[in-house]
Amino acid sequence: MKVLLDQDSCVASGQCVMAAPDVFDQRDEDGIAVLLDDTPGADAADGVRQAAAICPALAIAVQD
Amino acid sequence: MVQDGATPVASYPFVSREPLEPPAEWAQLRRTCPVSRVTLPSGDEMALVTRYDDVRRVLSDPRFPRPTGEDSARVAATESGGLFRSAMAQAIPQVGEAHLRWRRMITKWFTAKRMAALRPGIEAMADQLVDGMVAAGAPADLKAHLGFPLPVWVICDMLGVPESDRDRFSYWSDSMLNLTRSTQAEMDAAQDEFVEYLRGHVAAKRAAPGDDLLSDLITGTDSDGGTLSEPTLVATGQGLLVAGHETTANMIAKMVAMLLSDRSRWERLLADPSLVRTTVEEALRFDADPGIGMPRHLTEDLDVGGTTVPGGTTVMCSMGAANRDDEAFADAGEMDLGRSPNPHLAFGAGPHSCLGQALARTELQVVLAVLLRRLPALRLAVDPARLQRVEGLAVGGLRELPVRW
Repeated sequence: MKVLLDQDSCVASGQCVMAAPDVFDQRDEDGIAVLLDDTPGADAADGVRQAAAICPALAIAVQD
Repeated sequence: MVQDGATPVASYPFVSREPLEPPAEWAQLRRTCPVSRVTLPSGDEMALVTRYDDVRRVLSDPRFPRPTGEDSARVAATESGGLFRSAMAQAIPQVGEAHLRWRRMITKWFTAKRMAALRPGIEAMADQLVDGMVAAGAPADLKAHLGFPLPVWVICDMLGVPESDRDRFSYWSDSMLNLTRSTQAEMDAAQDEFVEYLRGHVAAKRAAPGDDLLSDLITGTDSDGGTLSEPTLVATGQGLLVAGHETTANMIAKMVAMLLSDRSRWERLLADPSLVRTTVEEALRFDADPGIGMPRHLTEDLDVGGTTVPGGTTVMCSMGAANRDDEAFADAGEMDLGRSPNPHLAFGAGPHSCLGQALARTELQVVLAVLLRRLPALRLAVDPARLQRVEGLAVGGLRELPVRW
Protein backbone atom coordinates (compact mmCIF):
# COMPACT_ATOMS: atom_id res chain seq x y z
CA MET A 1 0.00 0.00 0.00
CA LYS A 2 1.24 3.47 -0.97
CA VAL A 3 -0.10 6.51 0.90
CA LEU A 4 -0.18 10.02 -0.56
CA LEU A 5 -0.81 13.10 1.57
CA ASP A 6 -1.63 16.57 0.21
CA GLN A 7 -0.35 18.92 2.91
CA ASP A 8 -1.63 22.01 1.06
CA SER A 9 -5.24 20.95 1.50
CA CYS A 10 -4.79 19.46 5.00
CA VAL A 11 -6.98 21.28 7.55
CA ALA A 12 -5.33 19.83 10.67
CA SER A 13 -8.38 17.99 11.98
CA GLY A 14 -6.14 15.27 13.43
CA GLN A 15 -8.53 12.56 12.26
CA CYS A 16 -5.78 10.63 10.44
CA VAL A 17 -3.61 10.53 13.57
CA MET A 18 -6.50 9.08 15.55
CA ALA A 19 -7.23 6.48 12.85
CA ALA A 20 -3.65 5.41 12.04
CA PRO A 21 -1.17 6.74 14.63
CA ASP A 22 1.73 4.71 13.23
CA VAL A 23 1.32 6.22 9.77
CA PHE A 24 0.35 9.86 10.43
CA ASP A 25 1.48 12.57 12.81
CA GLN A 26 0.90 16.33 13.01
CA ARG A 27 3.48 19.13 12.92
CA ASP A 28 3.74 20.88 16.27
CA GLU A 29 3.87 24.34 14.68
CA ASP A 30 0.52 24.21 12.84
CA GLY A 31 -1.09 20.78 13.20
CA ILE A 32 -0.64 19.93 9.52
CA ALA A 33 -0.42 16.18 8.94
CA VAL A 34 2.85 14.45 8.12
CA LEU A 35 3.45 10.92 6.82
CA LEU A 36 5.54 8.75 9.12
CA ASP A 37 5.41 5.82 6.73
CA ASP A 38 4.26 6.10 3.10
CA THR A 39 4.29 2.33 2.49
CA PRO A 40 2.70 0.89 5.64
CA GLY A 41 2.24 -2.83 6.17
CA ALA A 42 -0.97 -4.81 6.07
CA ASP A 43 -1.65 -4.33 9.79
CA ALA A 44 -2.05 -0.57 9.27
CA ALA A 45 -4.17 -0.83 6.10
CA ASP A 46 -7.59 -0.59 7.75
CA GLY A 47 -6.60 2.47 9.75
CA VAL A 48 -5.17 4.21 6.68
CA ARG A 49 -8.32 3.55 4.62
CA GLN A 50 -10.38 4.85 7.53
CA ALA A 51 -8.20 7.98 7.66
CA ALA A 52 -8.62 8.57 3.91
CA ALA A 53 -12.40 8.15 4.16
CA ILE A 54 -12.95 10.52 7.07
CA CYS A 55 -10.41 13.26 6.24
CA PRO A 56 -12.50 16.46 6.04
CA ALA A 57 -10.23 17.79 3.30
CA LEU A 58 -9.95 14.48 1.38
CA ALA A 59 -6.20 15.08 1.53
CA ILE A 60 -5.22 11.41 1.76
CA ALA A 61 -5.07 9.03 -1.21
CA VAL A 62 -4.29 5.31 -1.07
CA GLN A 63 -2.82 3.24 -3.91
CA ASP A 64 -2.79 -0.54 -3.57
CA MET B 1 -32.69 27.37 -10.03
CA VAL B 2 -35.01 24.39 -10.18
CA GLN B 3 -38.19 26.05 -8.94
CA ASP B 4 -40.15 28.38 -11.20
CA GLY B 5 -41.58 31.72 -10.11
CA ALA B 6 -44.97 30.21 -9.30
CA THR B 7 -43.64 27.89 -6.61
CA PRO B 8 -43.99 29.40 -3.13
CA VAL B 9 -40.61 29.89 -1.48
CA ALA B 10 -40.28 27.91 1.75
CA SER B 11 -39.42 29.56 5.05
CA TYR B 12 -36.11 28.47 6.56
CA PRO B 13 -35.11 27.04 9.00
CA PHE B 14 -37.70 24.26 8.74
CA VAL B 15 -39.76 23.19 11.72
CA SER B 16 -39.82 19.59 12.87
CA ARG B 17 -42.83 18.10 14.61
CA GLU B 18 -40.75 15.74 16.77
CA PRO B 19 -37.82 17.13 18.79
CA LEU B 20 -35.44 14.30 17.87
CA GLU B 21 -36.62 13.75 14.29
CA PRO B 22 -35.49 15.71 11.22
CA PRO B 23 -37.92 17.98 9.37
CA ALA B 24 -39.77 16.16 6.56
CA GLU B 25 -38.39 18.70 4.07
CA TRP B 26 -34.87 17.21 4.24
CA ALA B 27 -35.80 13.94 2.55
CA GLN B 28 -38.27 15.62 0.18
CA LEU B 29 -35.76 18.17 -1.06
CA ARG B 30 -32.91 15.67 -1.41
CA ARG B 31 -35.20 13.62 -3.62
CA THR B 32 -37.01 16.25 -5.65
CA CYS B 33 -35.30 19.62 -5.39
CA PRO B 34 -31.64 19.42 -4.32
CA VAL B 35 -31.12 23.15 -4.92
CA SER B 36 -34.16 24.96 -3.58
CA ARG B 37 -35.07 28.57 -2.84
CA VAL B 38 -35.71 29.40 0.79
CA THR B 39 -36.40 32.59 2.72
CA LEU B 40 -34.37 33.25 5.87
CA PRO B 41 -35.74 35.08 8.95
CA SER B 42 -34.10 38.20 7.47
CA GLY B 43 -36.52 38.02 4.52
CA ASP B 44 -33.57 37.44 2.17
CA GLU B 45 -33.50 34.42 -0.13
CA MET B 46 -30.84 31.76 -0.32
CA ALA B 47 -30.34 28.56 -2.32
CA LEU B 48 -30.59 25.58 0.04
CA VAL B 49 -28.44 22.53 -0.78
CA THR B 50 -29.36 19.22 0.87
CA ARG B 51 -27.59 16.30 -0.87
CA TYR B 52 -24.35 14.94 0.62
CA ASP B 53 -22.23 15.25 -2.53
CA ASP B 54 -23.47 18.77 -3.25
CA VAL B 55 -22.99 20.01 0.32
CA ARG B 56 -19.51 18.53 0.41
CA ARG B 57 -18.59 20.10 -2.94
CA VAL B 58 -19.84 23.59 -2.11
CA LEU B 59 -18.22 23.63 1.35
CA SER B 60 -14.92 22.30 -0.03
CA ASP B 61 -14.63 24.84 -2.85
CA PRO B 62 -11.85 27.22 -1.79
CA ARG B 63 -13.20 30.03 -4.01
CA PHE B 64 -16.30 30.72 -1.98
CA PRO B 65 -16.23 32.65 1.32
CA ARG B 66 -18.86 33.04 3.96
CA PRO B 67 -21.41 35.72 3.13
CA THR B 68 -19.83 38.62 5.01
CA GLY B 69 -20.35 41.35 2.41
CA GLU B 70 -23.14 43.82 1.66
CA ASP B 71 -24.11 41.98 -1.53
CA SER B 72 -24.79 38.68 0.22
CA ALA B 73 -28.00 37.47 1.84
CA ARG B 74 -28.54 37.92 5.58
CA VAL B 75 -29.72 35.23 7.98
CA ALA B 76 -31.05 37.01 11.09
CA ALA B 77 -34.17 39.14 11.35
CA THR B 78 -32.19 42.26 12.24
CA GLU B 79 -30.80 45.04 10.13
CA SER B 80 -27.24 43.70 10.11
CA GLY B 81 -28.32 40.14 9.35
CA GLY B 82 -26.52 38.57 12.30
CA LEU B 83 -23.54 36.29 12.75
CA PHE B 84 -22.05 35.97 9.28
CA ARG B 85 -22.15 39.71 8.62
CA SER B 86 -20.86 40.73 12.07
CA ALA B 87 -17.71 42.79 12.60
CA MET B 88 -16.20 39.58 13.98
CA ALA B 89 -16.76 37.70 10.71
CA GLN B 90 -15.33 40.60 8.73
CA ALA B 91 -12.15 40.89 10.81
CA ILE B 92 -11.07 37.31 10.07
CA PRO B 93 -9.49 36.60 6.67
CA GLN B 94 -11.94 34.51 4.64
CA VAL B 95 -10.15 33.15 1.58
CA GLY B 96 -6.80 32.27 0.09
CA GLU B 97 -3.36 32.56 1.61
CA ALA B 98 -4.38 35.07 4.29
CA HIS B 99 -7.05 32.70 5.59
CA LEU B 100 -4.62 29.78 5.49
CA ARG B 101 -1.94 31.68 7.45
CA TRP B 102 -4.50 32.78 10.06
CA ARG B 103 -5.96 29.30 10.40
CA ARG B 104 -2.59 27.61 10.77
CA MET B 105 -1.65 29.87 13.68
CA ILE B 106 -4.60 28.40 15.57
CA THR B 107 -4.74 24.76 14.46
CA LYS B 108 -1.59 23.90 16.39
CA TRP B 109 -3.72 24.23 19.55
CA PHE B 110 -6.09 21.50 18.41
CA THR B 111 -3.78 18.64 17.47
CA ALA B 112 -4.36 15.03 18.55
CA LYS B 113 -1.37 15.39 20.90
CA ARG B 114 -2.81 18.50 22.56
CA MET B 115 -6.18 16.80 22.93
CA ALA B 116 -4.57 13.81 24.63
CA ALA B 117 -2.89 16.23 27.05
CA LEU B 118 -6.17 18.07 27.74
CA ARG B 119 -8.21 14.91 28.24
CA PRO B 120 -7.48 14.28 31.96
CA GLY B 121 -8.36 17.89 32.82
CA ILE B 122 -11.62 17.68 30.86
CA GLU B 123 -12.44 14.41 32.59
CA ALA B 124 -11.85 15.99 36.01
CA MET B 125 -14.17 18.89 35.07
CA ALA B 126 -16.85 16.44 33.87
CA ASP B 127 -16.58 14.44 37.10
CA GLN B 128 -16.89 17.62 39.15
CA LEU B 129 -19.98 18.70 37.20
CA VAL B 130 -21.56 15.23 37.59
CA ASP B 131 -20.87 15.51 41.35
CA GLY B 132 -22.82 18.77 41.34
CA MET B 133 -25.73 17.25 39.44
CA VAL B 134 -25.89 14.24 41.76
CA ALA B 135 -25.79 16.51 44.81
CA ALA B 136 -28.68 18.55 43.38
CA GLY B 137 -30.70 15.34 43.13
CA ALA B 138 -32.93 13.76 40.52
CA PRO B 139 -34.63 14.82 38.36
CA ALA B 140 -31.97 17.22 37.11
CA ASP B 141 -31.37 19.12 33.88
CA LEU B 142 -28.28 17.51 32.36
CA LYS B 143 -27.85 20.41 29.95
CA ALA B 144 -27.62 23.02 32.71
CA HIS B 145 -25.50 20.87 35.04
CA LEU B 146 -23.07 19.34 32.56
CA GLY B 147 -23.65 20.04 28.86
CA PHE B 148 -23.51 23.79 29.07
CA PRO B 149 -20.78 24.47 31.63
CA LEU B 150 -18.20 21.93 30.43
CA PRO B 151 -17.34 23.42 27.02
CA VAL B 152 -17.30 26.94 28.52
CA TRP B 153 -14.85 25.87 31.21
CA VAL B 154 -12.63 24.18 28.64
CA ILE B 155 -12.53 27.02 26.10
CA CYS B 156 -12.08 29.67 28.81
CA ASP B 157 -9.11 27.68 30.11
CA MET B 158 -7.61 27.50 26.62
CA LEU B 159 -8.04 31.25 26.13
CA GLY B 160 -6.80 32.11 29.59
CA VAL B 161 -10.13 33.67 30.63
CA PRO B 162 -10.57 33.74 34.42
CA GLU B 163 -13.21 31.46 35.98
CA SER B 164 -15.08 34.45 37.38
CA ASP B 165 -15.86 35.71 33.86
CA ARG B 166 -17.25 32.47 32.45
CA ASP B 167 -20.93 33.26 32.98
CA ARG B 168 -20.83 36.45 30.95
CA PHE B 169 -20.05 34.55 27.77
CA SER B 170 -23.39 32.77 27.59
CA TYR B 171 -25.24 36.01 27.07
CA TRP B 172 -22.78 37.40 24.53
CA SER B 173 -22.66 34.13 22.69
CA ASP B 174 -26.47 33.80 22.48
CA SER B 175 -26.77 37.27 21.06
CA MET B 176 -24.16 36.57 18.37
CA LEU B 177 -26.02 33.43 17.30
CA ASN B 178 -29.36 35.24 17.20
CA LEU B 179 -31.78 34.68 14.35
CA THR B 180 -35.08 36.00 15.72
CA ARG B 181 -34.63 36.40 19.47
CA SER B 182 -32.93 39.74 19.90
CA THR B 183 -33.34 43.18 18.43
CA GLN B 184 -30.56 44.94 16.55
CA ALA B 185 -30.01 47.20 19.57
CA GLU B 186 -29.61 44.21 21.89
CA MET B 187 -27.23 42.53 19.48
CA ASP B 188 -25.17 45.71 19.10
CA ALA B 189 -24.98 46.24 22.86
CA ALA B 190 -23.88 42.66 23.49
CA GLN B 191 -21.36 42.86 20.66
CA ASP B 192 -19.90 46.11 22.06
CA GLU B 193 -19.57 44.63 25.55
CA PHE B 194 -18.01 41.44 24.21
CA VAL B 195 -15.47 43.37 22.10
CA GLU B 196 -14.69 45.70 25.01
CA TYR B 197 -14.10 42.74 27.31
CA LEU B 198 -11.83 40.99 24.84
CA ARG B 199 -9.86 44.17 24.09
CA GLY B 200 -9.12 44.40 27.78
CA HIS B 201 -8.27 40.72 27.93
CA VAL B 202 -5.91 41.00 24.93
CA ALA B 203 -4.22 44.03 26.50
CA ALA B 204 -3.75 42.14 29.79
CA LYS B 205 -2.27 39.14 27.94
CA ARG B 206 0.00 41.41 25.93
CA ALA B 207 1.35 42.91 29.16
CA ALA B 208 1.73 39.54 30.87
CA PRO B 209 1.55 36.61 28.42
CA GLY B 210 0.43 33.29 29.87
CA ASP B 211 0.52 29.72 28.61
CA ASP B 212 -2.68 30.03 26.63
CA LEU B 213 -3.90 30.25 23.05
CA LEU B 214 -4.57 33.99 23.05
CA SER B 215 -1.14 34.87 24.50
CA ASP B 216 0.40 32.65 21.84
CA LEU B 217 -1.51 34.43 19.07
CA ILE B 218 -0.47 37.84 20.46
CA THR B 219 3.22 37.03 20.65
CA GLY B 220 3.39 34.61 17.70
CA THR B 221 3.91 35.17 13.99
CA ASP B 222 2.43 33.37 11.01
CA SER B 223 4.43 31.44 8.39
CA ASP B 224 5.07 34.75 6.63
CA GLY B 225 6.39 36.51 9.73
CA GLY B 226 3.19 38.56 10.11
CA THR B 227 1.37 39.26 13.35
CA LEU B 228 -2.37 39.50 13.96
CA SER B 229 -3.92 42.96 14.20
CA GLU B 230 -5.88 43.98 17.29
CA PRO B 231 -9.30 43.60 15.55
CA THR B 232 -8.32 40.18 14.21
CA LEU B 233 -7.15 39.05 17.66
CA VAL B 234 -10.40 40.20 19.25
CA ALA B 235 -12.50 38.59 16.49
CA THR B 236 -10.55 35.35 16.79
CA GLY B 237 -11.12 35.27 20.55
CA GLN B 238 -14.82 35.95 19.99
CA GLY B 239 -15.08 33.28 17.33
CA LEU B 240 -13.39 30.66 19.48
CA LEU B 241 -15.51 31.49 22.54
CA VAL B 242 -18.78 31.38 20.63
CA ALA B 243 -17.89 28.33 18.54
CA GLY B 244 -16.30 26.47 21.42
CA HIS B 245 -19.26 26.97 23.63
CA GLU B 246 -22.78 26.79 22.28
CA THR B 247 -22.34 24.13 19.59
CA THR B 248 -20.70 21.54 21.83
CA ALA B 249 -22.93 22.42 24.79
CA ASN B 250 -26.02 21.68 22.75
CA MET B 251 -24.48 18.60 21.18
CA ILE B 252 -23.79 17.04 24.59
CA ALA B 253 -27.48 17.25 25.51
CA LYS B 254 -28.66 16.12 22.07
CA MET B 255 -26.27 13.14 22.08
CA VAL B 256 -27.44 11.98 25.51
CA ALA B 257 -31.08 12.49 24.44
CA MET B 258 -30.56 10.32 21.35
CA LEU B 259 -29.01 7.55 23.43
CA LEU B 260 -31.63 7.62 26.19
CA SER B 261 -34.72 8.07 23.99
CA ASP B 262 -34.10 4.50 22.77
CA ARG B 263 -32.51 3.04 25.86
CA SER B 264 -31.27 -0.07 24.02
CA ARG B 265 -28.60 2.28 22.63
CA TRP B 266 -27.45 3.25 26.14
CA GLU B 267 -27.46 -0.41 27.19
CA ARG B 268 -25.35 -1.38 24.20
CA LEU B 269 -22.78 1.22 25.26
CA LEU B 270 -22.82 0.03 28.86
CA ALA B 271 -22.10 -3.48 27.59
CA ASP B 272 -19.34 -2.25 25.28
CA PRO B 273 -17.82 1.13 26.22
CA SER B 274 -15.27 0.74 23.40
CA LEU B 275 -18.08 2.05 21.18
CA VAL B 276 -17.80 5.56 22.68
CA ARG B 277 -15.70 6.93 19.82
CA THR B 278 -17.93 5.68 16.98
CA THR B 279 -21.04 6.61 18.98
CA VAL B 280 -19.94 10.24 19.19
CA GLU B 281 -19.40 10.34 15.40
CA GLU B 282 -22.79 8.73 14.82
CA ALA B 283 -24.53 11.19 17.17
CA LEU B 284 -22.94 14.04 15.19
CA ARG B 285 -24.17 12.50 11.93
CA PHE B 286 -27.63 11.65 13.26
CA ASP B 287 -28.29 15.08 14.82
CA ALA B 288 -31.78 16.04 13.64
CA ASP B 289 -31.39 19.68 14.72
CA PRO B 290 -27.84 20.86 14.04
CA GLY B 291 -28.81 24.45 13.27
CA ILE B 292 -29.22 26.37 10.05
CA GLY B 293 -26.11 25.08 8.28
CA MET B 294 -23.18 26.91 6.69
CA PRO B 295 -23.71 29.65 4.12
CA ARG B 296 -21.41 30.41 1.19
CA HIS B 297 -21.38 33.42 -1.09
CA LEU B 298 -20.91 32.37 -4.73
CA THR B 299 -18.48 34.76 -6.39
CA GLU B 300 -19.13 33.09 -9.77
CA ASP B 301 -21.58 30.61 -11.34
CA LEU B 302 -21.42 27.09 -9.95
CA ASP B 303 -22.85 23.81 -11.16
CA VAL B 304 -24.48 22.03 -8.22
CA GLY B 305 -25.70 18.55 -9.09
CA GLY B 306 -26.67 19.61 -12.63
CA THR B 307 -28.22 22.96 -11.68
CA THR B 308 -26.38 26.18 -12.49
CA VAL B 309 -26.48 28.45 -9.48
CA PRO B 310 -25.63 32.00 -10.57
CA GLY B 311 -22.77 34.00 -9.12
CA GLY B 312 -23.98 36.39 -6.41
CA THR B 313 -26.22 33.75 -4.85
CA THR B 314 -25.85 32.93 -1.18
CA VAL B 315 -25.99 29.15 -0.78
CA MET B 316 -27.00 27.57 2.52
CA CYS B 317 -25.42 24.13 2.97
CA SER B 318 -27.53 21.86 5.17
CA MET B 319 -25.04 19.46 6.70
CA GLY B 320 -27.88 17.94 8.71
CA ALA B 321 -29.81 16.99 5.56
CA ALA B 322 -26.61 15.77 3.89
CA ASN B 323 -25.82 13.53 6.86
CA ARG B 324 -29.14 11.70 6.37
CA ASP B 325 -28.56 11.12 2.63
CA ASP B 326 -29.11 7.46 1.73
CA GLU B 327 -26.80 7.90 -1.26
CA ALA B 328 -23.90 8.53 1.13
CA PHE B 329 -24.75 6.36 4.16
CA ALA B 330 -26.22 2.85 4.30
CA ASP B 331 -29.41 2.92 6.39
CA ALA B 332 -28.97 6.66 6.86
CA GLY B 333 -32.15 6.82 8.93
CA GLU B 334 -30.82 4.34 11.50
CA MET B 335 -28.52 5.28 14.38
CA ASP B 336 -25.73 2.70 14.25
CA LEU B 337 -23.35 3.14 17.19
CA GLY B 338 -20.62 1.14 15.46
CA ARG B 339 -20.78 2.89 12.06
CA SER B 340 -17.31 3.11 10.54
CA PRO B 341 -16.05 4.88 8.54
CA ASN B 342 -18.41 7.76 9.20
CA PRO B 343 -17.51 10.68 6.90
CA HIS B 344 -20.31 12.93 8.19
CA LEU B 345 -20.30 16.67 7.54
CA ALA B 346 -21.25 17.89 11.03
CA PHE B 347 -18.00 19.90 11.14
CA GLY B 348 -18.24 20.95 7.50
CA ALA B 349 -15.57 19.99 4.96
CA GLY B 350 -12.68 21.57 3.13
CA PRO B 351 -10.63 24.64 4.01
CA HIS B 352 -13.19 26.08 6.44
CA SER B 353 -14.08 22.88 8.28
CA CYS B 354 -14.40 23.40 12.02
CA LEU B 355 -10.96 24.07 13.45
CA GLY B 356 -12.04 23.01 16.92
CA GLN B 357 -13.43 19.66 15.82
CA ALA B 358 -10.80 17.63 17.66
CA LEU B 359 -11.69 19.47 20.88
CA ALA B 360 -15.43 18.95 20.34
CA ARG B 361 -14.84 15.24 19.76
CA THR B 362 -12.71 14.98 22.88
CA GLU B 363 -15.31 16.74 25.02
CA LEU B 364 -18.14 14.55 23.69
CA GLN B 365 -16.12 11.35 24.18
CA VAL B 366 -15.13 12.32 27.71
CA VAL B 367 -18.67 13.30 28.73
CA LEU B 368 -20.06 10.04 27.42
CA ALA B 369 -17.40 7.90 29.08
CA VAL B 370 -17.86 9.72 32.41
CA LEU B 371 -21.65 9.36 32.31
CA LEU B 372 -21.42 5.64 31.51
CA ARG B 373 -19.02 5.15 34.41
CA ARG B 374 -20.74 7.38 36.95
CA LEU B 375 -24.45 7.08 36.12
CA PRO B 376 -25.13 3.75 34.39
CA ALA B 377 -28.79 3.94 35.44
CA LEU B 378 -29.23 7.25 33.60
CA ARG B 379 -32.63 7.68 31.92
CA LEU B 380 -34.88 10.46 30.64
CA ALA B 381 -37.20 11.97 33.25
CA VAL B 382 -39.75 12.96 30.57
CA ASP B 383 -41.27 11.38 27.48
CA PRO B 384 -38.81 12.07 24.60
CA ALA B 385 -41.67 13.58 22.58
CA ARG B 386 -42.00 16.27 25.27
CA LEU B 387 -38.42 17.54 24.94
CA GLN B 388 -38.41 21.07 23.60
CA ARG B 389 -36.11 22.53 21.00
CA VAL B 390 -34.22 25.79 21.37
CA GLU B 391 -35.62 28.32 18.92
CA GLY B 392 -34.42 31.50 17.31
CA LEU B 393 -30.68 30.74 17.23
CA ALA B 394 -28.36 29.70 14.40
CA VAL B 395 -27.44 26.54 16.33
CA GLY B 396 -29.93 23.83 17.25
CA GLY B 397 -30.40 22.21 20.63
CA LEU B 398 -32.79 21.21 23.39
CA ARG B 399 -33.94 23.72 25.99
CA GLU B 400 -33.31 21.24 28.77
CA LEU B 401 -32.68 17.54 29.26
CA PRO B 402 -34.41 16.28 32.43
CA VAL B 403 -32.80 13.01 33.61
CA ARG B 404 -32.87 10.55 36.53
CA TRP B 405 -30.30 7.92 37.53
